[in-house]
Amino acid sequence: MTRTPSTASPPVAAGAAGTAAEKHGTAGRRSRHRAPGGASWHDRPLRRVTPWLFLLAPLALLVTFTYVPVGNMIFYSFTDWDGVSPDRNFVGGDNYTELFTRPELFKVFAVSLYYLTASVVQITVALYFATVLSFDLRFRNLFKGILFFPYLINGVAIGFVFLYFFQDGGTLDSVLSWFGADGDHAWLGSPESANTSLAGVSVWRFTGLNFVLFLGAIQSIPGELYEAAQLDGASRWQQFRHIIAPGIRPVLSLSVILAISGSLSVFEIPYIMTGGATETSTFVIQTVKFAFQFNKTGLASACAVVLLALILLITWIQRRIVPDERVDLV
Amino acid sequence: MGKKTLGVALLTTAMLTVAGCSGGGSPNADETAAAPVNPDGVSGDITVLTNRTDLIQDGTMKKYAAEFNKTYPEVKVGFEGLTDYEGEVKIRMNTEDYGDVLLIPGVIAKGDYPKFFAPLGDTSTMKSTYRFTDKTDVDGRTYGIATFGTANGFVYNKALWKQAGISEWPTTTRQFLDDLRAVERKTGATPYYTNFKDGWPLSGTWTNSVGSVSCDSQASDKLAEMDKPWEEGTDLHALDTLLHDIVHEKLSEKDPATTNWESSKTLLAKGEVGSMMLGSWAINQMRDAAEKAGENPDDIGFMPVPAQEGGRFCATLVSDYQQAVNVHSDHKSAARAWIDWFTEKSGYAAKEGAVSALKSEGMPDTLQEYVDNDVKIVERSEARTSEVNAIDNASEIGLAKPDYRQKLIDIARGAVDGTLDGYFDELDERWSQARRTVGS
Repeated sequence: MTRTPSTASPPVAAGAAGTAAEKHGTAGRRSRHRAPGGASWHDRPLRRVTPWLFLLAPLALLVTFTYVPVGNMIFYSFTDWDGVSPDRNFVGGDNYTELFTRPELFKVFAVSLYYLTASVVQITVALYFATVLSFDLRFRNLFKGILFFPYLINGVAIGFVFLYFFQDGGTLDSVLSWFGADGDHAWLGSPESANTSLAGVSVWRFTGLNFVLFLGAIQSIPGELYEAAQLDGASRWQQFRHIIAPGIRPVLSLSVILAISGSLSVFEIPYIMTGGATETSTFVIQTVKFAFQFNKTGLASACAVVLLALILLITWIQRRIVPDERVDLV
Repeated sequence: MGKKTLGVALLTTAMLTVAGCSGGGSPNADETAAAPVNPDGVSGDITVLTNRTDLIQDGTMKKYAAEFNKTYPEVKVGFEGLTDYEGEVKIRMNTEDYGDVLLIPGVIAKGDYPKFFAPLGDTSTMKSTYRFTDKTDVDGRTYGIATFGTANGFVYNKALWKQAGISEWPTTTRQFLDDLRAVERKTGATPYYTNFKDGWPLSGTWTNSVGSVSCDSQASDKLAEMDKPWEEGTDLHALDTLLHDIVHEKLSEKDPATTNWESSKTLLAKGEVGSMMLGSWAINQMRDAAEKAGENPDDIGFMPVPAQEGGRFCATLVSDYQQAVNVHSDHKSAARAWIDWFTEKSGYAAKEGAVSALKSEGMPDTLQEYVDNDVKIVERSEARTSEVNAIDNASEIGLAKPDYRQKLIDIARGAVDGTLDGYFDELDERWSQARRTVGS
């Protein structure tokens, strides 16, 4: 019986007798309570189980769909399994050795720089619009809807739509030709322009999400602060600099973490639009190709484990550099 | 305690995971899926897995099943169409539930066939009736029967080529390029369409022509012993150089990154595109597209790879998917009855304009031009396919995958750095290295 008082009392509103006493009681007092009271003997086991009963469904789901697959993946990464064969051999760390002795496999992370740059743009744009639209503005709800809309569309559909958009003589070219630009460019034709275009699509898609996160955070800042600031003659920029920016810091740092891990694991947009051709392959596309083109499920699992470790590491470093402080504006 | 519980849960999970991985019983692999002697004696519900979702949707498959039931009234046939056939079946094959009849996915190693499929008979006897038996032959037994076979070559628009003043098939790659140039100059059409974006028309179709240049049915098998398959004088060298030159001389579509297979059929039918490397199965689809576009379907022609051996063109004939019986099936003879009926009586191959798996059947109408021009049909040997695939996978080149030819095209049009020779050297290097690791 090493239960601490805090875990002993679940946050259930069961009006059972002795709750208050238990909550603040020590272990010794509790055992004393239990001995004479027959009622608590019946209540106790059930009450102890209650939170776990509530947790059963989410835990089962979590274990089945998160931990078992991850466990499987880690297990596969130590085998030479091809994905279908009933036999697989345990090869120890061979997959990891191969991974780290082939530097060209990590070259694809250079592509992530395009997406990383794009996320800077994305966060800036989202922050700008979130700030502007948090003030009173005509049609602001309409604009909010427009900005958030791309995030609601399925990524696969976006890939297909933008394929037409970037087509030679497609939407983008015709729009540019209205402004007198040469309406004839293979946007996905060369590595630089293809990667920039793809990163652009990802900005288009994810700005809405960042925007909504920022908007929510900004609106949780008490309105009196702005009023006070305005009375003091603070400009919009000063309000942003001294009220909004510090006020939404946790959300901002969350966005940066999401942006970095997202840039490292870009997948669907380049996979659908180019299939990784013309040097637009990312680490995840490469992993998928190992697993499903060359039947190296073992090596692909090792790649996935390495990517997971990398993202955890970067997040940890980031948390060390920018610790999650409590925001206290007032 | 909270943390401890979580730890225990995780550990349990991990153990369950590891334990769960050692599944996979060994079914009775020796039980042959024999053809039933008496059609009335077989019964059961069978499920047929297919990649032809289009034929399920338009009811063609149902018609086949109804036709089949006239002979086998007690067998009920159900179909399951899978859009991403390879991907989905691969995952399902980790269980025992992958239909009664299925197409053998490319991912299954040949040596593993006995673990997944019931043998259909001894190869020595099957060989006399069916084409392509060596593709699924493991230790003297055959595990699959081809749905149909495909001859390879270039689908082209005859009217367009005539307009450019070309009536004879080119006999060398040089001449082929000259002809493409003439098509571009005189008609303004795009002489060749790579289908770069969709990828697959770059992979299988070109690699399937290995053997067309050298007129050697063993050309594909020989890759297993070659250290430099891209060396001057090899089939791969000739084919990939041709593709490189087409793109390098700007005889292909301007923006390969946004090509579209479905619309390319109409482009070819309308004479906006001159040619495409494809299998003969594509001829009928192109003719359909021509009809839909209000063009003459007879304008669609099919020519062999521009190379001759002893004054004669050659074209490889390769097997498409092969049908097999699930080793876990409870209705093996019903399943086998379906395969036999589908191969022999359904008329499927003829309808698709493809080469029947039956040796007794001649060339289909679509290949009439090949017959008329005395093109030598070379049936590709598959004896060492499994070794070639093993090396191919180990080298991560992907002879039947689009990536390496997409890069070839990128090099050819100057989108990425590199030269053709440098790229061939790199491929040779990777191939020979993989050969050493695979240990053949």
